[in-house]
Amino acid sequence: MSAARTQPAGLSKWVVTLPPTIFLLVFFLVPALIVALAGFRETGEFGGLAPWPGLSLDAYRFLLGDVIYLEIFARSFLVAALTTLLCIVFAYPLAWLIARSPKQRRDVLVLLVILPFASNFLVRIYAWIMLLGPANLLYTPFAVIVGMVYAHLPFMVLPLYINLEKHDPALLEAAQDLGANAWTRFWRVTFPLSLPGIFSGSALVFIPVLGMFAVPELLGGTGDILIGNLIKEQFLENRDWPLGSALSIMLTACVLLLAGLAAWAAKRGLHGTEAVS
Amino acid sequence: MKRSQFWLWAAALATYAFLYIPLAVVVLFSFNDSVLNAEWVGFTTRWYVKLLHDDDMLHAAANSLLIALASSSVATLLGAMAGLAMHRYRPRWLPFLVLTPVAMPEILLGVSLLLFFRQVLDLSLGLFSILAAHITFSIGFVAVIVRARLAGMDESTFEAARNLGATPWATFRRVTLPLIMPALVAGFLMAFTLSIDDFVITFFVAGVGVNTLPLQIYSMIKVAVTPEVNAISTLLMALTLTLILIASRIAPDVLKGRA
Amino acid sequence: MALLEIRNVTRRFGSLEAVKDVSIAIEAGEFFTLLGPSGCGKTTILRMIAGFDVPDEGEILLDGKSLSGVPPEKRPLHTVFQSYALFPHMTVAGNIAFPLEMAGKSALEIRRRVDETLALVHLEDKAGSFPHELSGGQKQRVALARGLVNQPRLLLLDEPLGALDAKLRVEMQIELIALQREVGITFIFVTHSQQEALALSHRIAVMKDGRVEQLDEPDKLYSAPANRFVADFIGKINLIEVEVTSSSKVLLGLCAAGLGEIAATDPRPIAVGERGVFALRPELIRVFGHRESADLKNRFEGVVRELLYLGDVTLYKVELANGCLIEALMPNAAPGRAKFHEVGDAVAVCWRHDAGVYLRN
Repeated sequence: MSAARTQPAGLSKWVVTLPPTIFLLVFFLVPALIVALAGFRETGEFGGLAPWPGLSLDAYRFLLGDVIYLEIFARSFLVAALTTLLCIVFAYPLAWLIARSPKQRRDVLVLLVILPFASNFLVRIYAWIMLLGPANLLYTPFAVIVGMVYAHLPFMVLPLYINLEKHDPALLEAAQDLGANAWTRFWRVTFPLSLPGIFSGSALVFIPVLGMFAVPELLGGTGDILIGNLIKEQFLENRDWPLGSALSIMLTACVLLLAGLAAWAAKRGLHGTEAVS
Repeated sequence: MKRSQFWLWAAALATYAFLYIPLAVVVLFSFNDSVLNAEWVGFTTRWYVKLLHDDDMLHAAANSLLIALASSSVATLLGAMAGLAMHRYRPRWLPFLVLTPVAMPEILLGVSLLLFFRQVLDLSLGLFSILAAHITFSIGFVAVIVRARLAGMDESTFEAARNLGATPWATFRRVTLPLIMPALVAGFLMAFTLSIDDFVITFFVAGVGVNTLPLQIYSMIKVAVTPEVNAISTLLMALTLTLILIASRIAPDVLKGRA
Repeated sequence: MALLEIRNVTRRFGSLEAVKDVSIAIEAGEFFTLLGPSGCGKTTILRMIAGFDVPDEGEILLDGKSLSGVPPEKRPLHTVFQSYALFPHMTVAGNIAFPLEMAGKSALEIRRRVDETLALVHLEDKAGSFPHELSGGQKQRVALARGLVNQPRLLLLDEPLGALDAKLRVEMQIELIALQREVGITFIFVTHSQQEALALSHRIAVMKDGRVEQLDEPDKLYSAPANRFVADFIGKINLIEVEVTSSSKVLLGLCAAGLGEIAATDPRPIAVGERGVFALRPELIRVFGHRESADLKNRFEGVVRELLYLGDVTLYKVELANGCLIEALMPNAAPGRAKFHEVGDAVAVCWRHDAGVYLRN
């Protein structure tokens, strides 16, 4: 009877709803809209934005006119895809093992995955500078991928674990009883059922990697820059704010598209899971 | 042990090793008596002593602590309100406002706040802009924790209080607040950790005047690898580790909720 | 003046009318029950009395004064929730003290009243326990104690026995009746269990789709249901489609297709030719061997199709000449004899002319 909760809420409703709403309108939505608008402004004489009303499509024209930007976008997607794939490969056995462990041991094993992730982000990158430097692997695409995987692995392990933990062990016994070997049991039962976990984990890895600038900057070479580095460069070094804004808008568009796709896929996968369990 | 079991354990252990070895090396070399992070020479605590006399570092640490305390306090208040509102009144716009800053790449929040402060408010960047930014991304985490706590509770508990003669305020003080207290503490610790660790967003909104610990570490590792960075990294790790463990004791389901 | 008066109350949720023009008057000291299947609007009425919901039309009066605009905490009534809704962070004593604290009673009085009420529900030794340490029945008692401690004018009970197992439920029913008699507080009880309603209440309002179908004392509801729904909802009943063939002052002649004349009684003036149903409780039917004679007006031949031996009684399903199945319940009162008839036996079902009820369509 949730519909019945219509007793006039009055004052209390606004006391709790308005402060966070106003704060986030001012410090999240308005700034986001300004970025959207700034993409259509002209660059000022000394950087930043030109005085109002300098409207133009220059930033976008510039972006689409130079093949280098397309290349960087493509590279970013490639790095994100590779990172996601590697995260799945590394996370799966771990998540599976945790899910199959005795109940009292699971929480500890999960905590062990989270703990390194609680250390500062820069510390984790720094650790790889220390490790890869002497091996002469620093400032290579390899270093970038290692850093990316390292920084995002827990985001894949946790949703996968949460999914795998819910699987009914009787399903695998049933499959075995019906004549499926270990390999078939995995591919025909466990893997399809874990797709929702893979989808939500992928969204949690792919999206942040796409916007990451610190990893390529600290671990990568000059040729390894991604969208994030490009945006940072426009805002902090070149002070070409319209171009930076246009890049941000395109990144946002990509993220929204991906998030929508992941939500859709997870939903479809979920229906499948419900049908089985 | 079956063969498949063996390989599963081997793969999992390798992944744990991948997660822990780099950090172990950082900690280890913070006690290494050599300027170069190359080979083990001998045990020392001199890098920690040096930290204590590094004014820039101390300044940055003080800033970080101040910002974390202030921003997590405000974020806990606003986040608790948002969590309550989302659970109880379900305004359609609120989940969007609260959760999007958490879900989108940090760099986007960073640049939009940079533009907002410089272009619209024409403010110089500094403590205020960092605080506003940290509160913005922390609200969502607190709100989610508080909402999860409320969702796990029987709604008639609150109606029962009203029914037994408690005014809305008395209901909040005597029933709602004590019941969501673990979520508030966990949310505060989470916001504190997020704030003290944040690099990306702070990087854009800090300007030139104010330094925080992550910014200080960034400028140091951009230049060179020094054992002093190892020392400060180790200390930071110890701090966040403590906070996370406290949070997990108070609200064990919080860590899972973070995913 | 009635203690509580529900006057023409209507409540809509979107296009759904959950409560439709309901009027009920409840007297002081009554054990009153709202009975109906889920979704019939009984809980909505309870929530409107408590003040968690507001009527779209009509009003609710307590002691003749309208409750509209009075917030839940200002209403002199308490609720026992279906889920008990005990405060998990307070002890049993803390829970029971809560309404007294809210009413601003002195610490001394709170102590005394809490102790008294704990004794009333036999939980003296659980004062310091937390709700999660209690069994279902104990939680139930704490919820009752908490609702009663501040002596409200009215106690609302929302399916309070629903979460208990069958045996405990019967025990709690007996305790509830005793408790209500002892404290003298008016109870408004909501349930979907007709057995519970019949056992506990002074009066029952049977609800369906937001309307009150019948409001009466339990025995009247059972023996003289006002319509088909009530007849069917409360207890087991046989329903036979009939047409009225004659109607004198008290006697009613009915004709069932393929069966013949049924003699019944009805004080109402009823038009000949009207169609309706004849409702007959299984325990009022006697089953005889078809050669045995019975001095009863209504006697129909049939064949036993099924029988269900239940120990104290046996349920016979008898197929009559027109193909309809009649259920009859016979007590196994004769020592040493379990059944009187076997499946396939030719029998006669008989009943007194005042055994059944004619219900208009």
